[in-house]
Amino acid sequence: MPEINVTPLGAGQDVGRSCILVSIGGKNIMLDCGMHMGYNDDRRFPDFSYITQNGRLTEFLDCVIISHFHLDHCGALPYMSEMVGYDGPIYMTHPTKAICPILLEDFRKITVDKKGETNFFTSQMIKDCMKKVVPLNLHQTVQVDDELEIKAYYAGHVLGAAMVQIKVGSESVVYTGDYNMTPDRHLGAAWIDKCRPDILISESTYATTIRDSKRCRERDFLKKVHESIERGGKVLIPVFALGRAQELCILLETFWERMNLKAPIYFSTGLTEKANHYYKLFITWTNQKIRKTFVQRNMFEFKHIKPFDRSYADNPGPMVVFATPGMLHAGQSLQIFKKWAGNEKNMVIMPGYCVQGTIGHKILNGQRKLEMEGRATLEVKLQVEYMSFSAHADAKGIMQLIRMAEPRNMLLVHGEGAKMTFLKGKIEQEFSIDCYMPANGETATVSTNPSVPVDISLNLLKREMALGGPLPDPKKPRTMHGTLIMKENSLKLVSSEQALKELGLNEHQLRFTCRVQLQDPHSDSDTLHRIYTHLKSVLKGYTIQHLPDGTVMVESIVIKVSSSADDANTKVLLLSWSYQDEDLGSFLSTLLKKGLPSGLC
Amino acid sequence: MAAHLKRRVYEEFSKTQIPHEEAPAKKLRLSKPSKSAALHVDLCKATNSTDALQYLLHFARKPVEAESVEGVIRILLEHYYKETDISVRLKIASLLGLLSKTQGFGPDCIVDDAINALGNEKSHQVLAQLLDTLLVIGTQLPESPTIRQRLIEVACKHLSDTYFGVRNKCLQLLGCLGLVDAPLNKDGEGPATRNTAPENSLRDVQSIISDYFGDQDPRVRTAAIKAMLQLHERGMKIHQIIYEQACRLLSDDYEQVRSSAVQMVWVLSQLYPESIVPIPSSNEEIRLVDDAFGKISHMVSDGSWMVRVQAAKTLGSMLQVSPHFLEQTLDKKLMSDLRRKRTAHERAKELFASGEFSSGRKWADDAPKEKLDSNTVYLIASGACGAFVHGLEDEMFEVRIAAVEALCQLARSSASFAEKCLDFLVDMFNDEIEEVRLQSIHVLREISTHITLREDQLDTVLAVLEDKSRDIREALHELLCFTNVSTKECIQLALLELLKNLNKYPTDRNSVWKCLKFVGSRHPTLVLPLVSELLSTHPYFDTPEPDMDDPAYIAVLVLVFNAAKSCPTMPALFSDHTFRHYAYLRDSLSHLVPPLRVRTGKLYGSGSVESAQLFLQQSLNRVSTIQNLEAPGAQDLLDFTIRDLLRLGELQTELAGAADFCATYLRCQLLLMKALQEKLWNMAVPLCLKQNVTATAAAQQILEETYKLEFLYSGLDSRQVATIHHVRLQAKALQLVLTARTRQGLDPLLSSCEKFLQDVDSFQRLFLTELPHLQDSFVDKLLELMPRLSSSKPAELVKILQTTLRQSGLLQLKLPQQIHRATATIIEPTGESDNPLRFTSGLVVALDIDATLEHVQDPQSSVKVQVLYPDGQSHVIHPKPGDFRKPGPDRHRLITQVYLSHTAWTEPSQIEVRLLLAYSSSSSSSAAKEGWSDSVDGVPPPEAAVEGTIQFSKPVKVFIMPKPARR
Repeated sequence: MPEINVTPLGAGQDVGRSCILVSIGGKNIMLDCGMHMGYNDDRRFPDFSYITQNGRLTEFLDCVIISHFHLDHCGALPYMSEMVGYDGPIYMTHPTKAICPILLEDFRKITVDKKGETNFFTSQMIKDCMKKVVPLNLHQTVQVDDELEIKAYYAGHVLGAAMVQIKVGSESVVYTGDYNMTPDRHLGAAWIDKCRPDILISESTYATTIRDSKRCRERDFLKKVHESIERGGKVLIPVFALGRAQELCILLETFWERMNLKAPIYFSTGLTEKANHYYKLFITWTNQKIRKTFVQRNMFEFKHIKPFDRSYADNPGPMVVFATPGMLHAGQSLQIFKKWAGNEKNMVIMPGYCVQGTIGHKILNGQRKLEMEGRATLEVKLQVEYMSFSAHADAKGIMQLIRMAEPRNMLLVHGEGAKMTFLKGKIEQEFSIDCYMPANGETATVSTNPSVPVDISLNLLKREMALGGPLPDPKKPRTMHGTLIMKENSLKLVSSEQALKELGLNEHQLRFTCRVQLQDPHSDSDTLHRIYTHLKSVLKGYTIQHLPDGTVMVESIVIKVSSSADDANTKVLLLSWSYQDEDLGSFLSTLLKKGLPSGLC
Repeated sequence: MAAHLKRRVYEEFSKTQIPHEEAPAKKLRLSKPSKSAALHVDLCKATNSTDALQYLLHFARKPVEAESVEGVIRILLEHYYKETDISVRLKIASLLGLLSKTQGFGPDCIVDDAINALGNEKSHQVLAQLLDTLLVIGTQLPESPTIRQRLIEVACKHLSDTYFGVRNKCLQLLGCLGLVDAPLNKDGEGPATRNTAPENSLRDVQSIISDYFGDQDPRVRTAAIKAMLQLHERGMKIHQIIYEQACRLLSDDYEQVRSSAVQMVWVLSQLYPESIVPIPSSNEEIRLVDDAFGKISHMVSDGSWMVRVQAAKTLGSMLQVSPHFLEQTLDKKLMSDLRRKRTAHERAKELFASGEFSSGRKWADDAPKEKLDSNTVYLIASGACGAFVHGLEDEMFEVRIAAVEALCQLARSSASFAEKCLDFLVDMFNDEIEEVRLQSIHVLREISTHITLREDQLDTVLAVLEDKSRDIREALHELLCFTNVSTKECIQLALLELLKNLNKYPTDRNSVWKCLKFVGSRHPTLVLPLVSELLSTHPYFDTPEPDMDDPAYIAVLVLVFNAAKSCPTMPALFSDHTFRHYAYLRDSLSHLVPPLRVRTGKLYGSGSVESAQLFLQQSLNRVSTIQNLEAPGAQDLLDFTIRDLLRLGELQTELAGAADFCATYLRCQLLLMKALQEKLWNMAVPLCLKQNVTATAAAQQILEETYKLEFLYSGLDSRQVATIHHVRLQAKALQLVLTARTRQGLDPLLSSCEKFLQDVDSFQRLFLTELPHLQDSFVDKLLELMPRLSSSKPAELVKILQTTLRQSGLLQLKLPQQIHRATATIIEPTGESDNPLRFTSGLVVALDIDATLEHVQDPQSSVKVQVLYPDGQSHVIHPKPGDFRKPGPDRHRLITQVYLSHTAWTEPSQIEVRLLLAYSSSSSSSAAKEGWSDSVDGVPPPEAAVEGTIQFSKPVKVFIMPKPARR
């Protein structure tokens, strides 16, 4: 039995540093290559020594596929390709390819320039890495090599996020990356056809959540921001530069316009402009509304949202600031947070998931005193709000995707173990399919039952068609005679004559003969005639001949009569048929064994 | 003579149709030989198939007349048999189908040929095309059971073809022609038992079609379902066994199959709503309609948006579904299979409340707790749960709109569901697409009778008042007119927001005032505690008198006065100036300010509708006592009654339509009476030539009034229409008599006599059912005399008419119940502006027109704008259909622009703008006409359509000034 092996190097029962190895049909594929936000040491990157202890990865991997540009899905890419060493193709969609290097560069700057780490990848490495990238289009089937093909589907989540189908022969695996089943203000919903993969590898960030309708969330969010602004407070929204940030920007922008609000909205970091530029370009990847209205006005050309300058944080009066990164673990958002944390009029809205160990996670869990570097403690007085804006599918969305794709097995990654267990139970119960949730380094093995394609010769097919009913009925299997030839790597089904010819073999005849004793007082020739008339009356629709040489032929079956030596009344019938006429021959022999009816003349 | 006249009548009658019939007949005789011959020559000339195809394509562009069709078909068939090229045969086959559609050609003669051709055909494409041709022929010949039987046999024979197109066409054929006659033929009572094997084929058609539900080709599966739906449309009862098969197709791989399967399931759920189906994997059973509802709800989260739209639309029309299923569609969090036990549902809810699933609104409320009993919780519990939540959040706005509409339909039939879906609809007000927002506002208005808004909901609703789009704001005003709110804070909030709106968009003035009028009259008790605050009165101090022209102040007053109407204690809180303002507003804005019992000295009494109705009835009864038109005092009585009715209409707006209608009718009678009593009748014919001017004018006026009666009022029943037509007939008779007296010469008289007889005839046909009610009337007498009339000479006829007209009594008018007069008010331009609209002569200027129309049916086609220039020039402008909006039942809003242009004037001058209601008398009686045109086949309507327009709005004057162009 062929097997598919899936081994998460990261994201197994965990969120962060997604990296999943799949071996299918003799091919090895790495899905995503991310970093972990929660760690600053070696655990930050996946453990590539699992693949090989020393040396390059190129010979062990057939390709690398990146689902989208979030750092927990692509953060380790330059490290892997340039520092560990990988020269094969890296696949990602066009928007991902465009935006990914910006984020990587930003990440590098923070780690190297700010924290002063050494032994980290350089800008040049990012550039070299991006040179190995092959861009993908949606629904385009790309042949990696002769057997391995991949196809991208729309995944929502962030601009350019894709789900990937990996196919070798008739075995296939779908990896969802991160996806979203409900559309939002700027992206559509994930969609996949009924591709019935052997394994569906799905993220499960919100395995135990069924979210309220997004409209409630949007309204709540706007209300909270509005109230805080009216109180004169400052609102900090930590976001990742790309993705959710754009959705929230559109939301606030339209709200500001509608309510005619004057309080300034700022967006931190310089990469926003660059990123927004890409959002404007890749309009085909956005949702229906933006696609339809961009001719009049591109929704990403914001009127109310201005770039942020560090000095603005101390300005008096209300303001809204989007700052990166989203989990308050470093960078500008953390700086602003420190400044504003002491005032209870202010508010921080966490619009998404926070990994354990980040400050975001801590304050969300109600911690009011934070320990900072240098033994200082920070008292948190500002209001902390949580709005689930992260565009991951909720439990219901995951189920919906399973229903759409109809996989034979399910594999959960990118979620917390305990929550996965819950969802796993649900999936097994609801769809009665197997569900796996391997931890990092564990391998899940699924044996598949691939169908073997066989070429059938057209002549044979036509002949069989002519024999049976006009239409093949999918419900009723039909037997057919033919010869299966296995040559080199191909299988074909041909008629026996052709097989003999091709293989240069002589045909051997196989004949069965049998004697039937019959009590009949007539002479031999009369008996033969009686048999002839009897058969004629029984076997209608067959050619029955009475040949002059004292034989009866039914199709190709020969019947002869001779008297028994010791009893003249006992006739011995000699039946002879070839292997092909086995059915008819055995029927005749049983028929004749019953004897001839008396009524015959 | 009789025969002669009758013949003349019919000649005349057919003459009117000449333009349609005769001209092509002539052409046909000329072209027949040439046409078919030409084709024949062409086809023979064709050396190869490409040429032949070219000729055929060329030929297909021109129409062929009915008589030459058969010849052409023979030639085509002849060529068809000889032709070896597939594409040419295909074209010929399609031409056969086209030709059999020709009007007046009976395609039964080519059935045999087509079937023959089918038997010998090898190419699958041509086969499919030939079957298509047969389908056309079959639908052309609905009356012939034998041909239909043959076609069905042919279709069954080819069903096993390997090409999907052929199977498709066969199924289509079966769907369109399969026998429908006997609905349940087990008793053998069906009317179709005459046929050769009706039972056989009847049973077969459905089972044969359903065999192909499992075909390997999705296109064939779709065709099979479509064929089944076609059978249903033709009235055949689909068997319940199909249901199960249809349900299986819901999970088909192909979207078109799923989409049509949704329709199929819906059809079956409407046919057998109450039958019981088992739930798989359990031994429980539920109603079929509930089961179907669950399954279709499931399709709302389908992968294809076409299917989602289809499913969401379908859900709206499943009104028989049980309430608890309905409510599940709004509950996304439901995780239990409610289908079995109610308690299971509640248990699941408790589990939910215990925090097993988080809502995503609070951090870490999804920390897993104890393990659940896995039997009770399903994530996608089969069924309806959350269908609408999904639909309303869908990516495609088409799906969202469909979901909103379905929600509306369901909510209208169930108050509790309306209550539940309120939150969701309110949420939709924030949709990103305006169309969706607008639609959900409309929907909320429609279901608002069931609901009361809470403060937070009202808050969300009111936030939309700042929307830029005028449509949205007005829809929202309309919504506020119909909503109930719960607290006085809500009223205050609403008022505040509306005033803000007024401030921001002053053009909304009328709409806002009207809105506040309804808000006030709906919530008098909630307004009461706010009065002193709203009017800023103070118990001890006099406050300054507010500015009377301030729209915001007027808005507040409108609110207060309307509330005061049903709250007698309120006026006590008013200060003096309020009363003065009341008196002023009562006069200037009487439609917004109700009559109040206040100290102004003048009491506006208002009787109840019942008493008014009674009065109306009594007036009519009184009139009915007039037996003879010449009875003394009859005229006076009519005069008084008309006056009374008109006044009644002014006082009781509810009855205005009915009162006006009656008054107009009576005025017609009065005019008729006066005309008949003129002295001229006693004079010798030659003497009265000049004196019958008044009578002629009266006849003309009556005619016009009858058209108004017929088309300006909606809600007439056929008896009233008959009465109106009757008056019109009388007026025509009067005209005829007058013509006879004035004009000399027999010829014109003869033709008008015939015309009149025709009118009588068509009246009789149109109102056959009403004739018993018209006893002793003019037309009744006339019909008695009809045989004599049609045979008599014109002079004689006129004499008879004259006496009948004088003798016939007044026809009683039945009290109209639901009559509304179509009215139009032009809001903009107001006609108050003294600044002329200046523009360069020769160029155009756009004038914005904003008008409300009430009780106008189909305004898109009937309402026109007329612009009258001072020089008597008049333009009629047809507004675009998109310019009409429908803010409420029986109301329309016309917002359009008309383009004005004129040559240069020296002075600014006024033009008049008014709205016209166009009518054509043929359209009004179309329903009745269909009734008889079936029996009298091919006879065209005798009455040439009378078209005209009625002015139904007050004209508005606009100052314009076309300046000479500067060189």
